[in-house]
Amino acid sequence: MLTNPQLNQHGELQHLLTIEGLSAGIIRHILDTADSFVPVAERDIKKVPLLRGKAIFNLFFEPSTRTRTTFEIAAKRLSADVINLSIGASSQSKGETVLDTVNNLAAMQADMFIVRHSQSGAAHLIARHVAPHIHVVNAGDGRHAHPTQGLLDMYTIRHYKRDFHELRVAIVGDVMHSRVARSQIHALTTLGVPEVRVVGPKTLLPTGVGKMGVHVYHDMARGLKDVDVVIMLRLQNERMKGALLPSAQEYFKYYGLTPDKLAYAKPDAIVMHPGPMNRGVEIDSSVADGGQSVILPQVTFGIAVRMAVMSILAGK
Amino acid sequence: MKIHIKNGRLIDPSNGIDAVQDLFIAAGKVLAIGQAPQDFHANRTIDATGLVICPGLIDLSARLREPGFEYKATLESEMHAAVAGGVTSLVCPPDTDPPLDEPGLVEMLKHRAKSLNQARVFPLGALTQKLQGVQLTEMAELHDAGCIAFSQADAPLTDTLVLARAMAYAATFGFGVWLRPQDAFLAKSGVAHDGEVATRLGLAPIPSCAETIAVSTILLLARESGARVHLCRLSTREAIAMVAAAKEQGLPVTCDVAVNHLHLCEIDIGFFDSNSHLMPPLRGLRDRDALRQALRDGIIDAVCSDHTPVDEDAKLLPFAEAEAGATGLELLLPLTLKWATEMKIPLAAAIARITRHPARILGLDAGHLTPGHAADLCLFDPERAWKVEAKALKSQGKNTPFLGLELQGKAVYTLVDGHVVYENAGVARHA
Amino acid sequence: MTNSIHIPDAEQLLQQLAEQLRPQITANSALVGIHSGGAWVAQRLREALGAQIPLGTLDISFYRDDFSKIGLHPEVKPSDISFDVEGREIILVDDVLYTGRTIRAAMNELFDYGRPASIRLAVLVDRGGRELPIGADFVGAHLALTANQNLQLDQGQDGRLSLSLRQTEK
Repeated sequence: MLTNPQLNQHGELQHLLTIEGLSAGIIRHILDTADSFVPVAERDIKKVPLLRGKAIFNLFFEPSTRTRTTFEIAAKRLSADVINLSIGASSQSKGETVLDTVNNLAAMQADMFIVRHSQSGAAHLIARHVAPHIHVVNAGDGRHAHPTQGLLDMYTIRHYKRDFHELRVAIVGDVMHSRVARSQIHALTTLGVPEVRVVGPKTLLPTGVGKMGVHVYHDMARGLKDVDVVIMLRLQNERMKGALLPSAQEYFKYYGLTPDKLAYAKPDAIVMHPGPMNRGVEIDSSVADGGQSVILPQVTFGIAVRMAVMSILAGK
Repeated sequence: MKIHIKNGRLIDPSNGIDAVQDLFIAAGKVLAIGQAPQDFHANRTIDATGLVICPGLIDLSARLREPGFEYKATLESEMHAAVAGGVTSLVCPPDTDPPLDEPGLVEMLKHRAKSLNQARVFPLGALTQKLQGVQLTEMAELHDAGCIAFSQADAPLTDTLVLARAMAYAATFGFGVWLRPQDAFLAKSGVAHDGEVATRLGLAPIPSCAETIAVSTILLLARESGARVHLCRLSTREAIAMVAAAKEQGLPVTCDVAVNHLHLCEIDIGFFDSNSHLMPPLRGLRDRDALRQALRDGIIDAVCSDHTPVDEDAKLLPFAEAEAGATGLELLLPLTLKWATEMKIPLAAAIARITRHPARILGLDAGHLTPGHAADLCLFDPERAWKVEAKALKSQGKNTPFLGLELQGKAVYTLVDGHVVYENAGVARHA
Repeated sequence: MTNSIHIPDAEQLLQQLAEQLRPQITANSALVGIHSGGAWVAQRLREALGAQIPLGTLDISFYRDDFSKIGLHPEVKPSDISFDVEGREIILVDDVLYTGRTIRAAMNELFDYGRPASIRLAVLVDRGGRELPIGADFVGAHLALTANQNLQLDQGQDGRLSLSLRQTEK
C-alpha cells in the first residue's frame, strides 16, 4: 500500500488522484498541454477529435453541478462520449458500495471515471480496483485532494505571473476542510514557490499544516502583506454549527477579503477563488468583481486544464 | 493422556527457567520438569528439538464475534485461530450483539466455548446495561456466571458520575474495571491520529489529548473509588507518562498495548490503506517508540492482539467508512518476538508479557508451567518464517496491516489441559 | 553511413518553392505551416513572398490517427490561426511529405476553423511512401527513401534551414 498508485511501472501518469507525489515536470507538462487547448475554445468548432470513441463516466457521489459541467464540457470538446451519474444517497442506502457501483459500470466499456466523493481516499480506493485500462480522475475526495482545481489554479497563476520562483502566495480561509487548499499547497511547493502562506483562525487550520511547507498566519494584515496572489477559500455554513466559528459576520470582519485588506497585498496582486463564492462571507463583491479578480478566467482555464489531463491519461 | 515432550527449550519466566528440559504431562496437568517421574510411560512423545516450550499465551483482548456478528467470524473459526497462534486463554470484550450484560448470555458463551475444547475463554462483562453508560449491570451475578472483569469495550461512557459509581460498585466486590481511555467528544467522528498524516490525507483527526484526558479522569476516579483499573490499548506517549506517575504513587493500575501499535505508526496508513484503520488510531513515530520502551520497562504490563476480525466488504470502503480493527490471534506471537528481537530483549522477558503478566492482571493462577498445575503450553518455532496471507490464517478475519509481509515465529503444538488442541507438524523441524 | 542519396540544400529548395508559389499568390491567399518544420518553411516563404500574406501554424497533435497506440505527443504546441479561414485560398506548408497522414490531420484541423475556398499543398521534399491518396501541388525536390531512413529539417542558430538523413531501426 506504499507504492504510488497514480503512476504505472514506467513512471507515467495512469490516474490523477492527487498532486502530492507528482514531479514538477509532470505538472508543467500538464500546464503546457493545456496551453494548446485554450485556443480551441475560441474557434467556431470548439472540438478536437482526440478522444473520439472513448467513454468517460462522471461518477459524482457528492453532487456538484459546476465541476461536473466543466468536466462534461471538457470531455465533449475532446469528442468523447460522456455519461453523467449522480449517485445519490438512495443507491448508497440501498447498500450498494462505491466499489459495487464502479464494478457495474466498468462492465459498460468505460475508459475513464471522473470521481467525486465525500470521503477522503475514495478515488484511491476506486483506482486500486479498476481494470488496468481504466483511468481515474479525482474530482474531489472529502478533504483530501482536488487535483484538477489545483492545476487550473497553477495555470492561472502562471498566466498572470509567469515565474513561480519569485512569488508570495496566500491561501485564506478554511484550510482544515479544504481539498482545494491541500492540492494548491502541494502544487505551489512542488513548483518552487518560495513563500506559501495560510491565513485563518486557529480552528480552521489543521494541526501540523506548517509541515506541509507553509507559513501560518492568523492575521490578514500580516498574512497578506506584499503577496502576489490571494486565494480565497469558500466558507461552508456548517462551520458555524460545529463550534468552529461564532458567525459569518465576525468571520467576514476579520478574514473576509475587502478592498482595504486587499490593499496589504502588492498593487498588482491577483485574487482567485475556486468557487462557488459566498459573497459577503469570505469575499466582498467589489473585490470579486474588481480589476484584480481573475475568478472568471479561472473557469475558462479549468476546461483547458481538464482537457489536458484527460488527453494525457487517455493516451496511456 | 501421558505426554512426554523432549529436547525443547523450556522458557517459563514465572519459575525462572530457560533451558533445554523435558516436560511430562499426565491427567491434564504438568507432572514433572526435567527428570522423568518413576514409572512414567508416555502415550505420546513429542520431539521438540528446535522449538521453544512456554506457557500457553494469554491474550487480553480477542473478539470472537459471537453472539451476533457471525458473518464476521464464528467461535469455531476464532477458537481455532487462537490455538493456531499458541493462545490457550483469551479475554473477550463484551461488545457482542446483544452485549454481555446478562448472566444467561455469558453462560451460553462459556458453554459454547468450552464444548469446542480449544482455548479457555474469559469474558468481560458489560459495565453498564447495553453498554449505554447509564445503568449499572448486575456485576456480581455476571461474575458468578463467569465474567472476569467489567468493561465498556469501545462504547463511550461520558457521564462521569455514572463512571464514578460504576467503579465504586465494582470496587465493592473487588472486580476489575477495564477501560479504553478515549474522550468521546474529542474523538467524535475522528478516524486517524491528529498529526501530519491526517492533515495531508484530509482525515478527521483524534488528538492525543482524547486519550490523556480520559486517562486522567479514570485515574482520578480510580483513586477515589479504590477500583482496580486496567487501561486498555494505550497509544500515546503522554498517557504512558501519566500511568508511570500513577504507579509510582502506588495506584493499583495496570495497562496493555495492542501488538500492532508496537510496530506501526500513522505513516503506515500509506495511500489510505483501510487495513491500517485501527482503534485507537496508529499514532506518531515518537508515540510508537515510547510504547515499545514502556512495554520493556514495565510501565505497560502486557501486550495483547486486540483481535478484531472484520468481513472483507467492511474494509473495501473509503478509509473513514471502513470498519476499524485487525485480525491478531495468529500474529501476537510473531509480532511480540519481532519486538523483542528489535529491542534486544531476552526471549523470556518477551514471553512473560504474553503469559505471566496477563495472568497477573487477570488474577489467575496461570501463565506458568509448574508441576501440579494445568498443562497449558505453546510449543513454537522461533525461526520459522511464514507469509501473512489469507490462506495462512485460520481466522475468518483476513484484515491486517501485515498482509503480504513475512513474519518469524509460529506455533507448532498447542496444549490445553494437557491435550494437544493444535498441531502443525509440517512446520516442525525434525531431529 | 554509406549513402548514395544526394541530400539537397534546404535553402535552395526554399527559393525554388517560393518561385513556384509566387504567381499563385492572390489577395485571398494565406500560408499555414505545420509544426514544426512546416512552420519554419511557411515563415520563410512569407518573407520571400510578401509580409502582407496572413500566416498561421498548426499543431496536429490532437488530430493524429495514432493516439490510441502512442498517446499524446510529449510536446504539444498551440495552433495559431488568427485570420478567418472562411473562403480563403490556403497554401498548406510542410517540410517533408511522406505517408500523407500528417496532411490529412492538418486538413481535418483546418476545416474545424472554417471552410476554405481551396487548400493546396507545398512541401520542400516529397519522399514517396504514401499511405493515403494525398498529393503535393508544389514540391521542392523528390527523393526516394526507404522505411528505415528518416529525413529531418533543422533550423540553425542563424535561422538557416538544412536537411539531414538518419538511419533508424525499423
